[in-house]
Amino acid sequence: MTRWQRYAAPSLALVLLLAACSGGGNTTPSSSGGASGSGDLGGGDLSGQEVTVIGTWGGDEQAAFLKMVKPWEDQTGAKVKYTGTRDLNAVLTTGTASGVLPDLAGLPGPGQLQEFAAGGSLKPLNDVLDIDTYKNETAPALVDLGTANDQIYGVFIKAAVKGLMWYNPKTANYGDSTPATYDDLTAALASNASKAQAQWCLGIESGAASGWPGTDWIEDFVLRQSGPDVYNQWWQGKVKWSSPEIKQAFEAYGDIVKNSLGGATTAAATNFANAGDPLFDSPPGCQLLHQASFITGLGAFKDKKAGTDYDFFPFPDINSEFSGAVEGAGDLFGMFHDTPAAKSLMKYLVTADAQSIWVGIGGALSANKNVTDYPDDIAKRSAELLTKAKIFVFDASDLMPTSVNNEFWSSILKYTQDPSQLDALLANLDQVTADAAAAQ
Amino acid sequence: MDPRLLTAIVVVVGVPAVLVGYIWGTEQVLKLLPERAKPRIRPWLWLAPALLFLGIFLVYPTIGTIIRSFQNRAGTEFIGLGNYAWFFGNAGALSALKNNVLWVVLLTALTVGLGLLIAILVDRVRYESFAKSVIFVPLAISMVAAAVIWKFMYDYQRPGTPQIGTLNAGLSPLGIGPIPFLQFPDFSVSTIALIVIMAWMWTGFAMVILSAGLKGINAELLEAARVDGANEWQVFKGIVFPLLLPTIAVVATTIIITALKAFDIVYATNNGAYDTEVIANLMYKEMFSFTNFSRASAIAVILLLAVIPIMLFNVNRFRAQEAIR
Amino acid sequence: MTAVAPAIPTADEIVKSTTKATGEKRGSWGVHVALVVLMVVWLIPTLGLFMNSFRPAQAVASTGWWNGLLPPWNLSLDNYAHVLSTSGIGDAFVNSLFISIPATIIPIFVAAFAAYAFSWMNFPGRNILFVVVVGLLVVPLQTTLIPILILYAGWGINGQFLAVWLAHTGYGLPFAIYLLRNFMGSLPREVFESAAIDGASPVTAFFRLAIPMSVPAIAALAIFQFLFVWNDLLVAITYIGFANPQNLPLTGVIANLVNSLGGGWQFLSAAAFISMALPLVVFFSLQRYFVRGIVGGSVKG
Repeated sequence: MTRWQRYAAPSLALVLLLAACSGGGNTTPSSSGGASGSGDLGGGDLSGQEVTVIGTWGGDEQAAFLKMVKPWEDQTGAKVKYTGTRDLNAVLTTGTASGVLPDLAGLPGPGQLQEFAAGGSLKPLNDVLDIDTYKNETAPALVDLGTANDQIYGVFIKAAVKGLMWYNPKTANYGDSTPATYDDLTAALASNASKAQAQWCLGIESGAASGWPGTDWIEDFVLRQSGPDVYNQWWQGKVKWSSPEIKQAFEAYGDIVKNSLGGATTAAATNFANAGDPLFDSPPGCQLLHQASFITGLGAFKDKKAGTDYDFFPFPDINSEFSGAVEGAGDLFGMFHDTPAAKSLMKYLVTADAQSIWVGIGGALSANKNVTDYPDDIAKRSAELLTKAKIFVFDASDLMPTSVNNEFWSSILKYTQDPSQLDALLANLDQVTADAAAAQ
Repeated sequence: MDPRLLTAIVVVVGVPAVLVGYIWGTEQVLKLLPERAKPRIRPWLWLAPALLFLGIFLVYPTIGTIIRSFQNRAGTEFIGLGNYAWFFGNAGALSALKNNVLWVVLLTALTVGLGLLIAILVDRVRYESFAKSVIFVPLAISMVAAAVIWKFMYDYQRPGTPQIGTLNAGLSPLGIGPIPFLQFPDFSVSTIALIVIMAWMWTGFAMVILSAGLKGINAELLEAARVDGANEWQVFKGIVFPLLLPTIAVVATTIIITALKAFDIVYATNNGAYDTEVIANLMYKEMFSFTNFSRASAIAVILLLAVIPIMLFNVNRFRAQEAIR
Repeated sequence: MTAVAPAIPTADEIVKSTTKATGEKRGSWGVHVALVVLMVVWLIPTLGLFMNSFRPAQAVASTGWWNGLLPPWNLSLDNYAHVLSTSGIGDAFVNSLFISIPATIIPIFVAAFAAYAFSWMNFPGRNILFVVVVGLLVVPLQTTLIPILILYAGWGINGQFLAVWLAHTGYGLPFAIYLLRNFMGSLPREVFESAAIDGASPVTAFFRLAIPMSVPAIAALAIFQFLFVWNDLLVAITYIGFANPQNLPLTGVIANLVNSLGGGWQFLSAAAFISMALPLVVFFSLQRYFVRGIVGGSVKG
């Protein structure tokens, strides 16, 4: 007879397919649908409950985060279900549009925090955190960045200081007399010229985010040349890209490119994580690398010893009026479902106890002033820069609308490769900024 | 019962049973109908599952996309062709369009040309299976891994230091380079470098389908031509190529659409930096990074419109196919 | 051309014809040289990754992969050990199977039904409908994520395998229908007509004629759909995602081997080979269906 008669009766198969609908998920029926994870929470005991968390952390960062939440899990009996993704933007954008969201999530930046808070998908944390302690322990600028409509919506799980000057003490020991001003620095670089092949190590390639290390340079120059007011008005779109303040910052960065190891081609094609490797070459490739505090966990730094193989000094002042200005950045974290377990975890994450676990592993700083258990002196000093800054600003490119930020990255690449088109690039950035404001 | 075991049974037994059962069931239903109605109803019953899936997963969202493309960012009011005007007045978008043209031309030429060549060559050797597997391997690699592989191929180290990238290491004894293939500012070099990655992956696709088409050509026909004294080139030109043309058209259509939609490799490597932007990546950015669904929708609609000429070509092709069979 | 397959081949005959076909192989030296060159070119990138998957991160970052071929080899299985010790990788592998097998089978069946209707049944609007179906190939699946996620939330299937099966079926259908309709449409009309005269129902003709004669196309389609699903991350992370991370496929675990600043990507080399293994087995096992003679006489001249 024909072949199909050998197959099972359709009624049986239908039963099995229905079983797939219910059994295919095979665990936790609570996490389906718009009210993901919030449906089945009864009383105050958290044991057996789950908190879904999504973030960009993978590899050792993921391990560090899981280690950080372990004591909370042990104490409460609840479980953290963490998913790491490089598509955080896609997941959160689709999530906020469809209502399918995790309980807690890393947020791409302060801009998205404002958007999600305004849209009502993020839950305020004022009743969740011990608000007085939190404000006491955290730099006011970082508290503000997590605030929308006078309510706290986001906290910084980890932080970084931008614009540190890294050097190899065995090549040229800047630790003996740290350059106080940019002119001092230029002079020191010139007098040490014979000790390395070039003044600067520079690498602005970063895969999908190529260009960002250059934006840090521009930001550091704007902050120290023109001060925090211009800096803040700039990312807010009130100071134009084509204004003299911004243009001179680009030109100052252009000088760095000229004095970098391998010049523009190498700078544009070298990954930021490996840009500093020539510091440790013999003969040394360069005297200095400009990079954030997290470089110690990357590239050749990872296998070198803090203090003996490498050290840093802060970006020197350019205009003495703005002395002691520091730029920082960090990973924001927010809450989309106010389940008891999610609230409890959120409260725990910002405590000094929890934060100490991650910074103890290395590669991260805490926004919490009371965290002091840093693994080495260098991490401790960079954390102090962050918490004791006289003038603190947040990474401007992270604060710009993402379309402007993206254009900033690509403009940096184009400017690095061809400095002659600066005016056209800045005019284009003005246009993209205006367009982003109009499209709101 | 272990839920995993249940799932496994569903996977292996239940799913095929439901599908076969469906089509068997339709014939039972048709038996109840008058003879005249059967040929009119039957096609729709056979098409129904496909149309249901396509309707839900592609048509329904696309209708939403088309509507959204005429709205403002918040989706609150209609703004006519504003999003389209933005696209065609934006230097970045136009440069993405230019790169997509390059993608379509180069990727199609490379994959179809090489795929055809390899399909014909492997047909003549005993190690066909092995050779095809070698060419096919890249298709089995995920895009993230492909990006890593080609990072080793294209890697650039500053002049005067040992090159660890395969290509630059190969070029340096010849006194050329080092060339930052993926970060090259001019002449669309970086875009071409990405197209080469995709061609490396998709030639296996073209080869498999073209080879299947080649196997569909009657061996006796080719043998007869050879016996009649035709040389291999004449056999190819006179018999193989014309008979393979429909298959080539299928492969070319698929590759052109793949090139129009080129996204993953761009996203996994440069994300549009260094003049590698393409339309689909731009759409992804507008959608998920800039949360401008309306502009993203307009870009998606432009992609849909770009495919119309290819579809018209296919309609004509199918008409011709039906005329001769 | 008038030669028509005298009898409908059965599966056994198809397999047997393989041996017949390989007996006729003879290539000139030019063919061998060209093929070997192409094969070497195609293998080099993968070979580079393969070598690097056995080398420590420090060596990978400072010297080319070919140094792994020379002494001191300094090769180890550490990267593989790290990947295989990643928590949940075994479950993820099983999940990938649970996702990929139905997400390959369902679209093939559904597409075969539709392709058969498009090829051998007459109904009004057939060509227009077919073009619309193929035109859907170009729909960027990113535009569908939000509407589908909202639908799924309503149905309550977010986070379950079923959600991914259905989505992959929808996304894979345009290509599947296009490929199969093209192949089935080129089968000889006489075969179907004589079957109809003998009283065979369309179901019989479909399972006993159309499907066996389309085996090469179905095998090719199975491979591509399997690969697409096996290597997918976006669809899985969207529809399974955080709701049920323990249901995520291998790609989800592998993507997490690298940290957000780019450290740890040497593990990707090893992970790539682990995740490639199964698709290659699938390819090898389906390859024997790409043989001459299956559809002997099917292509009209």
